[in-house]
Amino acid sequence: MSTATATHHDGHHADHPTGIMRWLTTTNHKDIGTMYLTFSLIMFLIGGIMILAVRAELFQPGMQLMQPEFFNQLIGVHALVMIFAALMPAATGFANWMLPLQLGAPDMALPRLNNWGFWLLPPAAMLLLAPFVLALFGIGDGAVATGWTFYAPLSVQGGIGTDFAIFAVHLLGISSVMGSINVLVTIFNMRAPGMTLMKMPIFAWGWMITAFLLIATIPVLAGGVTMLLTDRHFGTHFFDAAGGGDPILFQHLFWFFGHPEVYIVLLPVWGLIPHILTTFARKPTYGYKAQVYSFWAIGILSVVVWAHHFFTVGLPTPALLYFMYSTMSISLPLAVLFFCWIATMWKGSMTFETPMLFTVGWIILFGIGGLTGLVLADVAADAQYHHSYFVVAHFHYTLFAGGIMGIMAGVYYWLPKMTGHMYSEKLGKLHFWLTAIAFNVTFIPQFFLGLAGMPRRIPDYALQFSEFNMISTIGAFTLGLSQLIFVYNIIRTVRGGEKATDKVWESPEGLEWTLPSPPPYHSFSEQPVVK
Amino acid sequence: MVFRFLQKVGMGLMLVLWSFAARAEYAWNFPTPATPMAADTLHVHNKFMVITMIIFVVVLGIMIYSIYAHRKSKGHQPASFTGPGTKAQVFWTLVPFAILLYIDFILMGIPAYHSVLLMQDTKNGAEMVVKVTGSQWRWQYEYMDGDAKGIQFVSTLTTTPDQIANQAAKNEHYLLEVDNPLVLPVNKKVRILLTANDVIHTWWVPAFGSARDAIPGFLRETWVQIEKPGTYRGQCKELCGKGHGFMPVVVEAKPEAEYNIWVAEQKAKMSAASADAGKEWSQEELMTQGKAVYEKNCAACHQPDGKGIPPTFPALAGSKIINGPNFDASGKLLADSHVDRVFNGKNAMPAWKTMLSDADIAAVVTYERNSFGNTMGDLVQPSQIKALR
Repeated sequence: MSTATATHHDGHHADHPTGIMRWLTTTNHKDIGTMYLTFSLIMFLIGGIMILAVRAELFQPGMQLMQPEFFNQLIGVHALVMIFAALMPAATGFANWMLPLQLGAPDMALPRLNNWGFWLLPPAAMLLLAPFVLALFGIGDGAVATGWTFYAPLSVQGGIGTDFAIFAVHLLGISSVMGSINVLVTIFNMRAPGMTLMKMPIFAWGWMITAFLLIATIPVLAGGVTMLLTDRHFGTHFFDAAGGGDPILFQHLFWFFGHPEVYIVLLPVWGLIPHILTTFARKPTYGYKAQVYSFWAIGILSVVVWAHHFFTVGLPTPALLYFMYSTMSISLPLAVLFFCWIATMWKGSMTFETPMLFTVGWIILFGIGGLTGLVLADVAADAQYHHSYFVVAHFHYTLFAGGIMGIMAGVYYWLPKMTGHMYSEKLGKLHFWLTAIAFNVTFIPQFFLGLAGMPRRIPDYALQFSEFNMISTIGAFTLGLSQLIFVYNIIRTVRGGEKATDKVWESPEGLEWTLPSPPPYHSFSEQPVVK
Repeated sequence: MVFRFLQKVGMGLMLVLWSFAARAEYAWNFPTPATPMAADTLHVHNKFMVITMIIFVVVLGIMIYSIYAHRKSKGHQPASFTGPGTKAQVFWTLVPFAILLYIDFILMGIPAYHSVLLMQDTKNGAEMVVKVTGSQWRWQYEYMDGDAKGIQFVSTLTTTPDQIANQAAKNEHYLLEVDNPLVLPVNKKVRILLTANDVIHTWWVPAFGSARDAIPGFLRETWVQIEKPGTYRGQCKELCGKGHGFMPVVVEAKPEAEYNIWVAEQKAKMSAASADAGKEWSQEELMTQGKAVYEKNCAACHQPDGKGIPPTFPALAGSKIINGPNFDASGKLLADSHVDRVFNGKNAMPAWKTMLSDADIAAVVTYERNSFGNTMGDLVQPSQIKALR
């Protein structure tokens, strides 16, 4: 997409370096956004290949393809890659590309910070993946094998992969905090004259809450993993009972970050969904204020419910009750959002281009994730669900359907604006149907596996779990291969194809649609006025 | 054309799923509950599933109707409302949230409150106490009171490596079978104390509806009251390293009379073992017993040929520790000696003093000192191990 932008406008703006130096030194929000999105797509494929290897091993009972040690490395790094290197950078990529265009700003507020924020990501990804390669040369015993949660004391026991992952998390955290500061400064200072906070595009609201949550919780995670590092190498006993520490302390620190993280990933998506619904229902957003207040409510609630991730560690009864009821109360603002989304569709004049298909599919599948989350809040029943495949299915409904499918809707929605070309509608629709069907074939069986008693993170399983695992693996491979259509469609659109109009869609709302497609390298040099 | 193809694929998948559904023995829900707690959990789960299904179907129905009726291709003109307009509309907007509040905090919230109290009530009316210790990758059980007081044993997976490697046919209870299951009487409330030696494990039997973490350095508790005799199987469900998938929990629930017979048998075995520890063993006896102990407990990490998986699991063949002395001239145990390492453990090596009998430790040490090319020639007697306790 950037090649197209570059050739188009180099005549007017020859003041930036070309080739590799352009990308290394750029402070342009569109270039940086493109890099974030490209990085995210690459990591999405890497994380996907890892989990396909895992699903292949789980196709049948017995160990076929790998050792349990390697299996444990794959599942943990899959999660870290998908959450930190695929989902979060995709959201930041959209923020970079779209926030200045939506707010009528010439660029992000802190362009150099922006460049640095991106360029911390590739080294972080290398730190995550390097132990796999080092192990091939006999150095260390592979990547972090504790799952993405780093629970002590298992993580204290682990090899150098754990140290690599700790430093990777530090870098990713610094990058996220810098991205968040940039988003906040941009939103508060660079809105077009006349655009009050309550007139702002709802995508900006979603990102604002995400940014606050990141700044509030990433330091806690960084502190937690640093304590882990000193426990591992410098003789401290934060998580060791023998020295007066407590392994559960780590879980509190981790999930104080980890639960808000769910909403950190989801809020930008909740922000972009109303834009797509409005465009394709040809009707203004229903309950703008209600949605904004729900974002705030969810943001605040998300930092006070963390212990529902470890009900089984033996918390005292009052704590169990508090975390159960506070978790249940998240369903209320979430229900407001669902209400508003459906009410936006209601009595519209809908068409179903690919972004809308993904959005409708997203609402349904994310709904399943939300409803199963409601059951998980029940402490007594959670003893059964906890760390079983039921939970695996649940959080893939929120993070794959609720996160990645929402991101995909955004890609199809904004790609024509970014590149100036229309994507192939046929391939887009094919991609949607394959993804939606294969996703369900993969994860519905996992609900039943969990209920039947299959724990997560086991490399081999008892015979009664065979059939469902087989179906799930078939689904996973279909899901994985379908994403190649997505990649092909994007590449094809970047390289050429039918010209997109400035508005792209019939009657989209927002400042980004007042610019040409693709927008010039420097846009809104003079701020537009919003009435 | 593509869509027709997809339709066909979808139909095919539905048929496959349906054929699974038709197989009655396949599990679609929690296993049949064996304790009051599990019955309560199943009840809560079923109720919740019905409620969420209703919500899902109603919301989906409204959405599908809208998708069908309010589409451009049918010429539907878009409305322009952005919120409830009249007072009646405001009222109807609030209704779903009132229903949700009722579901969250009354319909589900009140039973959930009672379930939590039931789950947490480990002490009232408890008739016996069993301590469960998780270690990488086996469970240890110890009876804390009553006639069974003092009985303790280790419960290890019996599925053979060749089954896991697909070189032999898999047993019916593949990966869910152990040498020494936990034996409990039926209809007695058993308080279960949990702890761990190394990392966090979770003791879980789905039919009991209770899962609780075993945390190194801390005691946690749960309880069971099994209502029907039988064998119940579960697994560790907290990632605990490479053997996480290979440390099942097996519980045999027996009627009281049979349970008492079992206790008496165990007591008899214990006194025999303590007599064993007193007598002088021959090299042949120690080597035979040692080989059996080694293959069951040590071979998973140090490998059957004693070559280990360095650096995590060191080789025993040619090991400096094994080929060195155990006791000084006065008979005192040397630090970092072979016996010290087996008895007290270090890092990933567990302290076997809590898991093996005196005779077993003496035998396995003797076996290791005289196998895999190690030729120390000396014997370690159970009495020497007994003296260390």
